[in-house]
Amino acid sequence: MAEHFAAPPNWQWFIVGYFFLAGLAGGSYVLATIMRIFGAPSDAPVVRIGYFWPLPLVIVCALFLTLDLGTPLRFWHMLINTTPGEAGLNFKYWSPMSVGVWALSIFGFFALLAFIESRGRALLPIGIHVVGCVFALYVMGYTGVLLSVSNQPVWSDTWALGGLFLASGFSGAAALLAWLGYRGAQPQAVVRLGRADAYFSVLELLFIIAFFVTLGIAGTIGRELAPLWLILWILVLVTLAPGLRALYTRRTVPDSTTIAIAVLIGVFLMRFVVVFSAQY
Amino acid sequence: MAERVGFFTDTTVCIGCKACEVACKEWNGLAGDKAEFRDSFDNTGQMDAENWRHVKFIDLVPEAPAVQPNGTAWLLMSDVCKHCTHASCMEVCPTNAIVRTEYDTVFIQPDVCNGCRNCISACPYSAIGFSQTTGVAHKCSFCYDRLQNNLTPACAKACPTQSIQFGNLDDLYQKADARLANLHAQGINQAQLYGRDESVYGGLHAFYLLAAEPEVYGLPNAANAKLPRHNNTGGYLGMLAAAVIGVFAGIAALRNGTHGSGGEQ
Repeated sequence: MAEHFAAPPNWQWFIVGYFFLAGLAGGSYVLATIMRIFGAPSDAPVVRIGYFWPLPLVIVCALFLTLDLGTPLRFWHMLINTTPGEAGLNFKYWSPMSVGVWALSIFGFFALLAFIESRGRALLPIGIHVVGCVFALYVMGYTGVLLSVSNQPVWSDTWALGGLFLASGFSGAAALLAWLGYRGAQPQAVVRLGRADAYFSVLELLFIIAFFVTLGIAGTIGRELAPLWLILWILVLVTLAPGLRALYTRRTVPDSTTIAIAVLIGVFLMRFVVVFSAQY
Repeated sequence: MAERVGFFTDTTVCIGCKACEVACKEWNGLAGDKAEFRDSFDNTGQMDAENWRHVKFIDLVPEAPAVQPNGTAWLLMSDVCKHCTHASCMEVCPTNAIVRTEYDTVFIQPDVCNGCRNCISACPYSAIGFSQTTGVAHKCSFCYDRLQNNLTPACAKACPTQSIQFGNLDDLYQKADARLANLHAQGINQAQLYGRDESVYGGLHAFYLLAAEPEVYGLPNAANAKLPRHNNTGGYLGMLAAAVIGVFAGIAALRNGTHGSGGEQ
């Protein structure tokens, strides 16, 4: 049985907010790219929406990360080594936080390109966005790996968090685009985004199961079964229901504000419970 | 490189006087603790940004009166950063603020740290704390400034029973081995060294002689002493699987011509 004696890092709202928005930013970018390559010409307005949002979200992400630091003005120390006599770039491939800072910075560049594209008529070569998707996918999921690469209870007892955060980011982004597309009256694209959300909900459910199984094996599942966290996990599952139901009934929602918001709340709640349950 | 130094803490002779805590605070200019009652003789609580030493009082007094052999009703231990050979905090620090000194100890550079707290998340011993005052992480520096001036670290200097011994690491190993053999000869077979060999984080520069299993003292045993990076492979594989499945699921759902059988329009 895993035993932990590590103190909690007190990562709270800024971090949960960052995890949430990073998932949406990356997911929005990847789904927009998929729609641009494989979708119909009539999907263009939704693609534009998908390319519009990553930049503002990434900017807020960077703001959250910076504000969470004890010394925010030293954010750049993540990138540049300021140790006397060891000047150079900071990059540790074995530290997800180190890689993540670089990935977020590079993804920010692709998000900027996408943002510019969304505001104009000219299309960038699709190859650029395919490369951007690699960084977007990393930004969506590395936050879960970052938690696992620690000595904290729960986080370090499972391999499932990276996949769970990524699947959840996909689901949230599909709901967000479906909602915004619905408001922009793009019914066909919304229908297909609803189906995508159904698939992503299944994927997320599988990773939630893997998460609990791995904690059970490690012997630390008890933390997640404390009344407050258990209730929140049940709520997370409830928010997956529309997607799972759509798959079962072959309906293709979410195409309503209520359902989309429910999915987004679930995406946020899942990150909240994972982050807080291990620390308190 | 200067010689490798270390602490050998013999918990069996610790009397819980907390002189080490006081000396540490005095030398390093750490703030005092707000007085509060706890369910123990321990009024420090834990190591943090202002407490780089913490004397643990481990209460094993049975509820029902009984004869206790070998004085094991209370276990005392002066806890501190272990200055691990394979240090979890160094491994994850994204700013490289945590470095290894010429004495082979682990040191946080306060002017480089930006307070991300990833080291706190990684340290298996709760030895690092975050200061709201300075905005960076702090822990035992092994009295780096004293080492540079050929002085014994304040805690070891103040320890009245020599429970905390400072010196060349190899010399301390010999002392520890001799002490362990002595205790075993006395029939105290539960005595064991912790961090003396490489089974725990490659060996600890602050290693211990314990009178019970490590878990009793709040220390991870060899099976649980894992570096954070061991989760990289599994975590990234799970993420990769989700990425591949997610992208293909997205293509399957979003490609032109897959409008589905209906919807709640």
